[in-house]
Amino acid sequence: MNQNVIQIRWHGRGGQGAITAAKIIANTAFVSGYTGVVMAPTFGTERRGAPVLTSLKISREKIYDLSPITEPDIVVVLDHLLVEEANVASGLKPGGLMIINTPRTPADYPFPGIIVATADVTTIAAQVGLPAGIVNTGIIGAFARATGLLDIEDLARGIEVEFTGKKPKRNAKSAKVTYDQTIIGGQ
Amino acid sequence: MHIIESGNVAAAHGVKLARAQVIAAYPITPQTPLTEKLSEFVEAGEMKAQYIPVESEHSALSVCIAASSTGARAFTATSANGLLYMVEQLHWAAGARLPIVMCVVNRGIGAPWTVWNDHQDAMSQRDAGWIQIYCADHQQIIDTVIQAYYLAETVSIPVMVCYDGYILSHTYMPFELTDPEKIDAFLPPYKPAYALDPANPANLNTVTLPDIRPDIRGQMAPGYMEIRHDLHVDLRRAIDVTADIDKKFSVAFGRGGNPFLEPYRCDDAEFVAVCLGSLSYHLRDVVDALRKEGIAVGVAGVRLYRPFPDQAVINLLVGRKAAIVFEKALSYGNQGALYGDIKAALYPCADRPLVHNYILGLGGREIQTAHLLDSLRTSCRTPDAIGDKPVWLGLKM
Repeated sequence: MNQNVIQIRWHGRGGQGAITAAKIIANTAFVSGYTGVVMAPTFGTERRGAPVLTSLKISREKIYDLSPITEPDIVVVLDHLLVEEANVASGLKPGGLMIINTPRTPADYPFPGIIVATADVTTIAAQVGLPAGIVNTGIIGAFARATGLLDIEDLARGIEVEFTGKKPKRNAKSAKVTYDQTIIGGQ
Repeated sequence: MHIIESGNVAAAHGVKLARAQVIAAYPITPQTPLTEKLSEFVEAGEMKAQYIPVESEHSALSVCIAASSTGARAFTATSANGLLYMVEQLHWAAGARLPIVMCVVNRGIGAPWTVWNDHQDAMSQRDAGWIQIYCADHQQIIDTVIQAYYLAETVSIPVMVCYDGYILSHTYMPFELTDPEKIDAFLPPYKPAYALDPANPANLNTVTLPDIRPDIRGQMAPGYMEIRHDLHVDLRRAIDVTADIDKKFSVAFGRGGNPFLEPYRCDDAEFVAVCLGSLSYHLRDVVDALRKEGIAVGVAGVRLYRPFPDQAVINLLVGRKAAIVFEKALSYGNQGALYGDIKAALYPCADRPLVHNYILGLGGREIQTAHLLDSLRTSCRTPDAIGDKPVWLGLKM
């Protein structure tokens, strides 16, 4: 309801790390001047492999409304199969942005009135030497490129902090390479 | 320093900063990450405390009662049916006047099973003799846990720090992590007037006869009723103590200032929404929207619920057209408990407002901004049409 709040809904699968990705963006947003940051996972029914949702709201002011996002400005999809499996475009505002980890291109996702950005995060992550299926850091690069909200170098530093002891450099590289290879479609 | 973490982690940091010495808890959703974090702190040596794993909530509070009786600063936490399982010890801790602090991560009560948020768990224990304080965000959680020890140890009454399950417990937001040295300067170590000691054995809380009688030293000892009257008197005194502590905390840390009710846009409001917990912050956005429609409305979150700050309620609400009470709990078969409390406080006042009652969000039913907007608008536009009974919001069948 508050127009100054940017609402981002994350679609992933349980275990895919959408919460960690949202958390890194939340931390980077906060240190970049967004004093209002609220990240809320879907509550209570997470199971490995099942579709899960995470809400991230960022604002220049403190956020008071903690209710789940129903009309997102941005939707991030960590697994392109969810585009068919879950109603990922639900409530997405006209002119809103959908960022998808997929080997396909924006033209393959003709959502009316929505800008689609794509990146093959799964392949890029493997190329930079991450174990199969680690996509939650690469998708941050796609987010940075498609939204322009946060600096990719700041996000990469945030990734290295969060992944201390867990291949921090490769995870950061996955984000940076994905940043360069993200394709943004027309409306 | 600010960190972005969950409400449960904020609570754990509060317990750590308060230097609790004994922690006993049994995991239950959505409280679990709080106790996990505390056990991590203890295991890593970041906290000098005994973490005592127990087989039930009843035992968790029993351990805290024993620890607190010896003069240790004790902490536990629970939710929903876990709170209900410790009820016998809950009332005991209050009667024994032990300054235990417990986080109640609010969750609906079974049956049927729910793991999601409402306030029925803490509300069911409002008459246990504990102090109850509700939090609206993570900063309030961490600050309240620290202040709760100060309050509990000043009046010798246990304190429940209540915060919304999932909505706060599992949501990440920034909060200030104050330097431990500054907290140490604010909150001195616990020095009990009396502590159980093997070198000086004593019977505590033995069977107490209905009437007063001479004790073994020949002095008149209070009966059960005098002891319970003391508890009530000290609970009422805790209202002023809460205000004093809030003032001291505000001076030291620049946060606080509203120890009883936290008002938003209430100065010129003809209508005031009232509720417990994080919902009061959600309603701020609703109030902003209704203000744009020209409705003079504000919202106030009740922070201190027991003892009930009657005078602060009167000061805030008398002279308004209506007070609209939103509640995630009710006294089944009657009405919302907070609604009843507010009406009782206002009854002696000639210029009292109408009072409305909305029941919502039970068992985690999503509280939609649109529902809040519609109901609050209706209460403000047609205050005489609502009537004196709870209205259920968001029922789908």
